[in-house]
Amino acid sequence: MRFILPLGLALGFGISAAAFAADATQSTAPQAPKDVQWSFEGPFGVYDQAELQRGFQVYKEVCSACHNLSHVAFHALSEPGGPGFTDAQMKAIAASYKIPAGPNDKGDTVDANGNPLMRPGTPADYFPGPFPNEEAARAANNGALPPDLSMIVKARAGGPQYVYSIITGFHEKPPAWFHVMANKYYNPYFDGWNISMPPPLTDGQVTFADGSPNKVADEAHDVVAFLAWASDPTMDERKRTGFVVVAFLLLLSGLLYLSYRRVWKDKH
Amino acid sequence: MHGPAYVPKTNFTRWLDKRLPIIRFVNDTITTYPTPRNLNFWYTFGGILTFMLGVQIVTGIVLAMHYVPNANLAFDSVENITRDVNYGWLLRFLHADGASMFFLAVYIHMFRGLYYGSYKEPRELLWILGVIIYILMMATAFFGYVLPWGQMSFWGATVITNLFSSIDQIVPHAGTAITTWLWGDFAVGDPTLNRFFSLHYLLPFIIAGVVGLHIWALHVPGNNNPLGIDVKGPQDTVPFHPYYTAKDSFYLCLFVLVYAIIVFYRPDFFGNPDNYIPANPLVTPTDIVPEWYLLPFYAMLRSVPQKLIGVLVLFGALATLFFVPWLDTSKVRSCRFRPLMKQFFWIFALDCVLLGYVGSQTADAAWHLGGFDLPLVWLARLGTIYYYAFFWVILPFVGLIERPKSLPQTIAQAVLGAGRSQPAPAE
Repeated sequence: MRFILPLGLALGFGISAAAFAADATQSTAPQAPKDVQWSFEGPFGVYDQAELQRGFQVYKEVCSACHNLSHVAFHALSEPGGPGFTDAQMKAIAASYKIPAGPNDKGDTVDANGNPLMRPGTPADYFPGPFPNEEAARAANNGALPPDLSMIVKARAGGPQYVYSIITGFHEKPPAWFHVMANKYYNPYFDGWNISMPPPLTDGQVTFADGSPNKVADEAHDVVAFLAWASDPTMDERKRTGFVVVAFLLLLSGLLYLSYRRVWKDKH
Repeated sequence: MHGPAYVPKTNFTRWLDKRLPIIRFVNDTITTYPTPRNLNFWYTFGGILTFMLGVQIVTGIVLAMHYVPNANLAFDSVENITRDVNYGWLLRFLHADGASMFFLAVYIHMFRGLYYGSYKEPRELLWILGVIIYILMMATAFFGYVLPWGQMSFWGATVITNLFSSIDQIVPHAGTAITTWLWGDFAVGDPTLNRFFSLHYLLPFIIAGVVGLHIWALHVPGNNNPLGIDVKGPQDTVPFHPYYTAKDSFYLCLFVLVYAIIVFYRPDFFGNPDNYIPANPLVTPTDIVPEWYLLPFYAMLRSVPQKLIGVLVLFGALATLFFVPWLDTSKVRSCRFRPLMKQFFWIFALDCVLLGYVGSQTADAAWHLGGFDLPLVWLARLGTIYYYAFFWVILPFVGLIERPKSLPQTIAQAVLGAGRSQPAPAE
């Protein structure tokens, strides 16, 4: 008995379902992120050390005024697959940050002037945030909380493209019907288009020691590369290990295939 | 089923065989176990699943040495594992992606069982034990997904545990009381995380136990096979070793290759970016989406506007699987000889993918077909109806009206051709 009605119905259903189109009238859904190239794309892509160092400088001089980087330890800055600072540079960077040190051996948490006890950072410390707590952060930012940047590239759909688009997505003219709210900025790459962060970068804001270009697009590209590393500091090691593992498994599958054919030779 | 008996060859093995016949056991269950000679690629997933259970247990035990089940520390401890524990990134991605690969393999294994009628007499208990393993796997995976304590962990736990509060609609306050009891608090919090960690560590060992029963229940009647006909004699089988150890190793290696490519090159492929945001009870994510392997059931749950009935539909979809051996009325096992059932089977497979797709979309999503909007919730309703109809209507009735193709006499005849094989004389 031939009975192809069910399959025919399913096929017809599938084809008609594929013929849908997007609806885009007065929606504040985020625009698709810009397509940007990165050195760390693809199975062999690695971080560009010089770019990570420049990106770290942008983070330090600009982003760190409002954003935490709480999961990144100073020692990571000199580890393989990262920005590649020397140990001495990394220790100097760590020491330039002040870490809460109280209570001391007398039980005090503040010095004679009433200031909290602080000590210089060590390689084992994590980047301290700009604000003592969430409330202080909100109070300083019109009620908005600047997100922690240590996971930002992994924690947003679109990854580095999305973060780059947000940083560089200001200064576009909103459609006439769109209302930019008080203390907000228009950014069509952000869900809802009203973002609390003011445009963070300007041309020439950061001067790189190596004389690299420092337009907004360059600064943004560098800092996003740095943040991509901060989200995924073991990527270089992972891809390198993966290459060896995949090569080994391919070889092993080849050998296993030959022994499988050999064993079954007279059984097919 | 047994192959040639084990004969100990040395004094020590004779001594051991009288006291603990463990070598005999391995010989009977692995080495000489007679296996149909025509098992294809789809039959290699049983071995792959056993391997994956081992991987999950070993990586999980090491991860538990570094993980901290505390609502304030869990997220940071997972980050610490990824960043600072030696090869912690490898352990974590092997485990997290391993769960998805485990489910991928189990779904192939289950659809294979459905297609070739492996649940039918005399393998009903084998199938039922498999369904128990599958449900235990879902519970384990759900508990495990909560542990990183990201936004999806927290809100997924909230949604799933809240299913029990629907019991309020039958017995007032009982559902809420059960939910509070499950949480150990008045919301998902630290006690919930602690007990989920405890259960996540316990359940895999229970799964391992049921897997033992599953393999035992397999070895009594022996394997089904793509023809779905019984083994008639030794000409139909080969010893498990070296034939299926060689074949399974090759396909296992290919499976591990795919697994490795995901772990090393796209470790977050199956994940949700929101789970890299620490759990925050005050901020609900725009869309709460479970892991991909639970999406079809999530779509069924959301397709029913009335919560209690939605929950019953969800659990009913799982409970239905227990009845499959008795719902199928066909005398023929394999869909290879069932022209009508074969089509309904493939529609069922597409239906599960469709339900999974709808489950991954927002609750109010719609397809725009010309000038007409098709809300996906209606697609989920159609899909849910087909899911139930497949098991409770199609499976019993198609068996009654279908005229199956004629079956080959023996496996050997089908594999080698009629000329080259003679059935063994009846004993």
